[in-house]
Amino acid sequence: MLRRQFLQALGSAAAFPVFGPLRAEGAEAVNLTYGLPAGAYGVAQMGTLPGKRPLIEWTARPPNYEAPLSAFATPFTPNDLFFVRYHLAGIPPQIDVQQWQIAIGGGGVATPLQLGFQDLQRGFEQVEVPAVCQCSGSRRGLSDPHVPGVQWGVGAMGCARWRGPRVKDILAKAGIKPGAVEVVFNGADGPVLTTTPDFVKSLPIAKVMDENTIVALEMNGEPLPHFNGYPARLIVPGWTGTYWMKHLISIEPVMKPFDGFWMKAAYRIPTGMFPTVQIFATQQNEMTTPITEMVVNSLITLPAEGARFRIGEPVTVTGLAWDGGYGIRSVVVSIDNGASWREAMLGEDSGRYAFRTWAYRFTAAGPASQTIRAKATNRLGESQVETLIFNGAGYHNNVVRPTTIVIA
Amino acid sequence: MKNLWTLILVLAISAPAAFAAERVVALKNAPGKDTVEAMCSGCHSLDYIPLNSPFLDQQGWTAEVNKMINAYGAPIPQADAAKAIAYLAANYGKP
Repeated sequence: MLRRQFLQALGSAAAFPVFGPLRAEGAEAVNLTYGLPAGAYGVAQMGTLPGKRPLIEWTARPPNYEAPLSAFATPFTPNDLFFVRYHLAGIPPQIDVQQWQIAIGGGGVATPLQLGFQDLQRGFEQVEVPAVCQCSGSRRGLSDPHVPGVQWGVGAMGCARWRGPRVKDILAKAGIKPGAVEVVFNGADGPVLTTTPDFVKSLPIAKVMDENTIVALEMNGEPLPHFNGYPARLIVPGWTGTYWMKHLISIEPVMKPFDGFWMKAAYRIPTGMFPTVQIFATQQNEMTTPITEMVVNSLITLPAEGARFRIGEPVTVTGLAWDGGYGIRSVVVSIDNGASWREAMLGEDSGRYAFRTWAYRFTAAGPASQTIRAKATNRLGESQVETLIFNGAGYHNNVVRPTTIVIA
Repeated sequence: MKNLWTLILVLAISAPAAFAAERVVALKNAPGKDTVEAMCSGCHSLDYIPLNSPFLDQQGWTAEVNKMINAYGAPIPQADAAKAIAYLAANYGKP
């Protein structure tokens, strides 16, 4: 039963006493994609964080929760189904927005500033950016061979309409010094031990000054859910989620490259391994480079793996496609093991950083099963790969991923 | 060192309370289990262990434990680390 229907049903019994949490969806089975490590199937359960509907709970502390496939039935992901990802367990249980402030400082600003939530809301133009937030390690669990980390399936991602002030406008108020090379961002969450490096990230000046890089105060027209970064998070359209700092408390332009652990040692890929336009030059070396733009990818949202159809029955394939912000040019679908490909029909364009829906129809022919493949290509001409480009962190997995249906 | 362990213990007790009802992850009963529970659960829930199985060999689990010590600053004595690696490789390692 949908939560809405459940609440309506509740509403009809006027003074219905409610004891404890409503667990209408609590019995929801865990429906995991194929190809994960065996241990992942054993440990997965649906878990409900405050303010969320049940999500696939991979780890409780820090919370790492994946959106189920049903979250992707629409081009914008509902806030209460949006995935949750934290590195470190020192997370404030709640944040008082009246007390919360963001510090604009660091060696690269002329006039350090403290801004409250209302300052950010009223003192700057509010812009809306529809954009996909995808964890760098989304689909890590599908790596072959498997690699350590949270064993994400396909749902460590979501798309929302983010709204708030541009970072460049905020920095203009503080005044950025010529020669600043990066901007460092920190959030209110942090480590459990003082010896663990706090989760702090930097971005190159060019990306910070992009008109689409904003501090989101709203997500799909509502305050951000706590576990998605309330009350404000950085939005870095086109780039993977690692840069989208949650519970943002400081923005610091710096005069030399930031050397924190989460830049120098984590979230890096072998230099030159993936097609990338926007590289992070001041953090790159000969061997490795920071992960930046998302690679072009797609997801089949229907039919489900193993769904049953009769011979002659029409099959509607639906899905999403996205990339690092160049826009989707085409999605092609194969129903004959990749022998031939036909163009899917693209849905509404919500902007080059957003999910693009697509659909394809065919008639089930059998004999026993049919395998559906979808392959997206972006406006740069880059397409999803047929074979995994293996890397030790399991990033950028955009392998064409078949869905097999049963024809009976 | 003693202070750090006390800190871990305090946080292990207080941190889950913020998010209510963290499930109890029952690790396999074998020598070294207590060491693993004590040294890992201060910073993270134990579900990370079965989740990352069974594909890491002895070398893989060694790298993970060393990452916790060297990159994340976990105050784990060498002897405990060795015990934990043996347990993880034997119970959650590549068959």
